[in-house]
Amino acid sequence: MARIDVNHIRHSYLPNPQKDSDFALKEVHHTFEDGGAYALLGPSGCGKTTLLNIISGLLHPSHGQLLFNGKDVTRLSTQERNIAQVFQFPVIYDTMTVYDNLAFPLRNRGVPEADVDRKVRETLEMIDLASWANRKARGLTADQKQKISLGRGLVRSDVNAILFDEPLTVIDPHMKWVLRSQLKQLHRRFGYTMVYVTHDQTEALTFADRVVVMYDGEIVQIGTPAELFERPRHTFVGYFIGSPGMNVMPVAIDGRTATIGSQRIELPGVPKTVGANAGAGSIELGIRPEYVRLGRDGMAVKVSKVEDVGRHKVVRASLEGREIAAVIGEDDTVPADPKVRFDPAGINIYADSWRVEMGA
Amino acid sequence: MEKTWNNKAWFLVLPVLVLVASSAVIPLMTVVNYSVQDTFGNNVFFWAGTEWFEELLSSDRFWEAMVRNLIFSFIILIIEVPLGIFIALNMPKKGWGVPVCLVLMALPLLIPWNVVGTIWQVFGRNDIGLLGYYVNALGIDYNYVQDPIDAWVTVIIMDVWHWTSLVVLLCYAGLVSIPDAFYQAAKIDGASRWAVFRYIQLPKMQRVLLIAVLLRFMDSFMIYTEPFVVTGGGPGNSTTFLSIDLVKTALGQFDLGPAAAMSLVYFLIILLLSWVFYTVMTNYDAER
Repeated sequence: MARIDVNHIRHSYLPNPQKDSDFALKEVHHTFEDGGAYALLGPSGCGKTTLLNIISGLLHPSHGQLLFNGKDVTRLSTQERNIAQVFQFPVIYDTMTVYDNLAFPLRNRGVPEADVDRKVRETLEMIDLASWANRKARGLTADQKQKISLGRGLVRSDVNAILFDEPLTVIDPHMKWVLRSQLKQLHRRFGYTMVYVTHDQTEALTFADRVVVMYDGEIVQIGTPAELFERPRHTFVGYFIGSPGMNVMPVAIDGRTATIGSQRIELPGVPKTVGANAGAGSIELGIRPEYVRLGRDGMAVKVSKVEDVGRHKVVRASLEGREIAAVIGEDDTVPADPKVRFDPAGINIYADSWRVEMGA
Repeated sequence: MEKTWNNKAWFLVLPVLVLVASSAVIPLMTVVNYSVQDTFGNNVFFWAGTEWFEELLSSDRFWEAMVRNLIFSFIILIIEVPLGIFIALNMPKKGWGVPVCLVLMALPLLIPWNVVGTIWQVFGRNDIGLLGYYVNALGIDYNYVQDPIDAWVTVIIMDVWHWTSLVVLLCYAGLVSIPDAFYQAAKIDGASRWAVFRYIQLPKMQRVLLIAVLLRFMDSFMIYTEPFVVTGGGPGNSTTFLSIDLVKTALGQFDLGPAAAMSLVYFLIILLLSWVFYTVMTNYDAER
């Protein structure tokens, strides 16, 4: 197991990158702690798979440095890095048995057959496929195949990290849940450093201790699921995480007061740095639908739709001509003359899409 | 409920039946007709029974042609299949090289068979042929017209030149269908180049390889035009394969009875091979 330092890494698929937009990975600087479970979350094309392939050595970055436990591995090949990776589509060697599939990485490294046998049997227990050992891998189901891919990583006791590239995409929904909890269990028992790429927020939030949100080739926020929810550092994180996403609306700021059209909103504090250029168009207020209180007092809204999603209802309304969403309880009803208030605890202020701290 | 039968559909397949009958069944029956009779022309026929078949199956000439044909098929398979795999493995997977390679590979397949024969007939001549002349100039005694070994070498090289492309294209199709993740996983598993070939590429090519082997075997077993144009079956009978022998009997000697018997035996062999081909393929698919 290892600590992984991603040191100012930039990567472009073009031969001669000039502009910032030529880079698939603009600049990533981050440390994956030893034994941590991380999720890389972001929309398709945000660079998360690129980053993963750089860590595993399938790609070599255009700029920057990669360290495993402080040792520079930037130019090392995948084999030398000792990494395990599970891909989106299960990769199995389908002419081999399940047992031989797991033995393959060890035999390639010239491990004595007695050790191979011991490790493979251990791993088969771990991934719950012991009774399938002598079956041909060809006829297995997608989730079993994916477990074999994982097993080929686990079988090497000295792997530095296990990387997952959207590993549950082709798995049936009910098996997704099972596999995810097995992964978590493995992580708890053996303390592997795990990096898990996904575009599914539920997967990311349930799997990882820390979620790394990427957008447009950059890391926009790293945090626990709660931090991402409460204090999105970038409006993108607000949109991307949560269902529905955060309400973001342009406001004018004056001291502790934000103005939307004719409405005035008390802020929990004075936003730092924006005080001077208050009123600029790039100032936005973000509030999650969970913090929008629908009731009989506050700002008048026009309700356009109520969606019942099961455990709660989502109210779509317009406030000063802007669409906002609010979450209300399953048994709550929309009053005849609906008004909303913003819970100060949920208010975040953004300047140029980045969150600004608020003073007292 | 009673099932309604609509026999009108038969009328729709009638044209096909007529076509197949006139193009295949009727000529085949004529051959059957010839194979059990003897004729001296003038439409006078004598019943011969199984005489031609017995004569054929006990003739050395037939069995020699058969053995030559099998040896020929065996040699070209053992050259073309590994060579085809090797070339396919080394063809570019992307970029401008792909269309260039594909067109180059497809070229020999597009040339009519008798033209291929003519090309090599001239190419190998030791007076005006590029190959023949320079091989002789190097001090190697090469003359496909007189030396049976040289004739065989020429015919085999010609077939390899003509048909390896087919194996290449089939293998290439199998190779490009392998997702990148397999190669990446193999890298992570520390697989050697050989292990990648043995456990990823070969299994993925298995199906197309099977098709390639069976197609090449059947084709080479029926080969006629190219060796006929180059060597005419000679020197002596050294490159007389089954089909050449058949044509010699039928058209050269005008022995219609024996030739008809031989056609039928030949036809049965091909039918048997096709059946094997079909069975192997369907079994293979069922196993998947």
